Amino acid sequence: MKLWMLIILGVVLSFVSLFIGAIDIKVTDLLELDSDKLEIFLVSRVPRLLAIILAGAGMSIAGLIMQSLSRNKFVSPTTAGTLDAAKLGIMISMLFLTNVTYTQQVIFSFAFALAGTFIFMQILERIKFKDVIFVPLIGIMYGNILSSITTFFGYEADLLQNISSWLMGSFTLIISGRYELLYISIPAIILAYLFANKFTVAGMGEDFAKNLGLSYKFVLNIGLVLVAIISTSVVLTVGVIPFLGLIVPNIVSLYMGDNLRKTIPHTMALGVVFLLICDIIGRVIIHPYEIPVNVTVAVIGSAIFLIMLFRGRAYAKK
Amino acid sequence: MIKIRELTKRYGKKNVVENVSLTIQPGTITSFIGPNGAGKSTLLSMVSRLLDADTGEVLLDQNNVKKWKADAFAKRVSILKQSNFMNVRLTVRELVSFGRYPYSKGRLSEIDEKYVNQALDYMNLREIQDQYIDELSGGQKQRAFIAMVIAQDTDYILLDEPLNNLDMKHSVQIMKILRKLVDELGKTVVIVLHDINFASVYSDRIVALKDGKLVKNGPTSEIINSASLREIYDMDIPVQVQNGCRICVYFNSHA
Repeated sequence: MKLWMLIILGVVLSFVSLFIGAIDIKVTDLLELDSDKLEIFLVSRVPRLLAIILAGAGMSIAGLIMQSLSRNKFVSPTTAGTLDAAKLGIMISMLFLTNVTYTQQVIFSFAFALAGTFIFMQILERIKFKDVIFVPLIGIMYGNILSSITTFFGYEADLLQNISSWLMGSFTLIISGRYELLYISIPAIILAYLFANKFTVAGMGEDFAKNLGLSYKFVLNIGLVLVAIISTSVVLTVGVIPFLGLIVPNIVSLYMGDNLRKTIPHTMALGVVFLLICDIIGRVIIHPYEIPVNVTVAVIGSAIFLIMLFRGRAYAKK
Repeated sequence: MIKIRELTKRYGKKNVVENVSLTIQPGTITSFIGPNGAGKSTLLSMVSRLLDADTGEVLLDQNNVKKWKADAFAKRVSILKQSNFMNVRLTVRELVSFGRYPYSKGRLSEIDEKYVNQALDYMNLREIQDQYIDELSGGQKQRAFIAMVIAQDTDYILLDEPLNNLDMKHSVQIMKILRKLVDELGKTVVIVLHDINFASVYSDRIVALKDGKLVKNGPTSEIINSASLREIYDMDIPVQVQNGCRICVYFNSHA
């Protein structure tokens, strides 16, 4: 697949995404400056599209960075506890700070996502048996432990309903004023691109990286910070979108290899296209109602993930 | 010039490398030999800064290797470890290009491209330069890694058991290439070897370790004889001269 094909596909799908929904808006309505429809378009449809693009690109890049740094094809924000730690952070901020502000939530969530991922990388460094499947299993277990702590306190403090809304990745509630945090993933993605060569070298292993004069620990930490920034911004605005950071980078790796400078644009583009497709399906299937995007992503994503597991074990091991 | 001074490395209470001092002669192949667990790989890792020594120091041009800046050091000394477990899908050309990383930080200049091309030609990899390394055979992969190190263009090339998992033909190929690197390009090669016959035939100097201690250090001809080998391996090994090469016939020795 060529990059320009993905971009054209992305543009077409973006256009489709802008013009489907509960209220029928046509291009002509916009040209006629129909004020009601124009408002819906600008307050709901455009922000939703931007959120999809940013979340799709961001989560795919976060997954790509994690797979490179952990040297494991099946590690991603969903399989390393990053998202669960971010959720725990939001919970803690709500429990211990009265009248918690949005900024405080963001900071707590970011700090927890960063610490959570860092702990996972430490666990990874200490275990001897680094099987491709075993490592993400540990990550999932670890994430579930964090998640159960969140649920426990949520239950105690009667905040369970709040939690489940972050659990559910959905673009339904995205309107202007509720998604702008996602913009901080733009500098994170740019930084990821600037660090692409360093991440690739780090992905060859610590000895290799040191041989080439790379300050391994520094690059590792930069990578974890970028992953935490992107994950936090997505969890707080859209919610948890599973599998995205897992399957998109793997598909690109299959046909383009692991030279990050080359694969980052593709990974972003494919992530956006994939998420747009899933969101459009979710909005069309029971029109005028919606299925949250995490459901469509999970259904399509888990199918692809299973195929990758069965067919690709040999490939991931290499 | 690399000088090793009273180097010691402990794991727990065990001295893996104990009070080792030696000088690596420039422009030679020096082989580290010795039984399993003698500390050869550990010593090599400390020389290349992958491991920190507990006491003692390694000097590169009179300066402690720890004081060298990472990229300056990477332009002088390169190391390939035995465990080149790589699950990164890079093409041969991409891998070799990363050898220029200390110079280019990933943005290859024309000069960098020239070095990459030379390294690929030197290792006969032009035809397979666009293949992914995970699709190569063991011998091809090892050649690709060595090409990367050649592109890195360091004075010192340290190799930790580069013949592991290679058949005879590829082992001979690799050793001949290392010999060429020293004779034609003036490199200094330090290599950990298990097969003492490869060490005997291809190296200028031999350093023998046993239980972490340096037991022998000298020109190959002085080390490859039954008396010295008995000291290193606790085996009676007859040495025969064939076409000017000293061959150790250890296969039916008393162990």
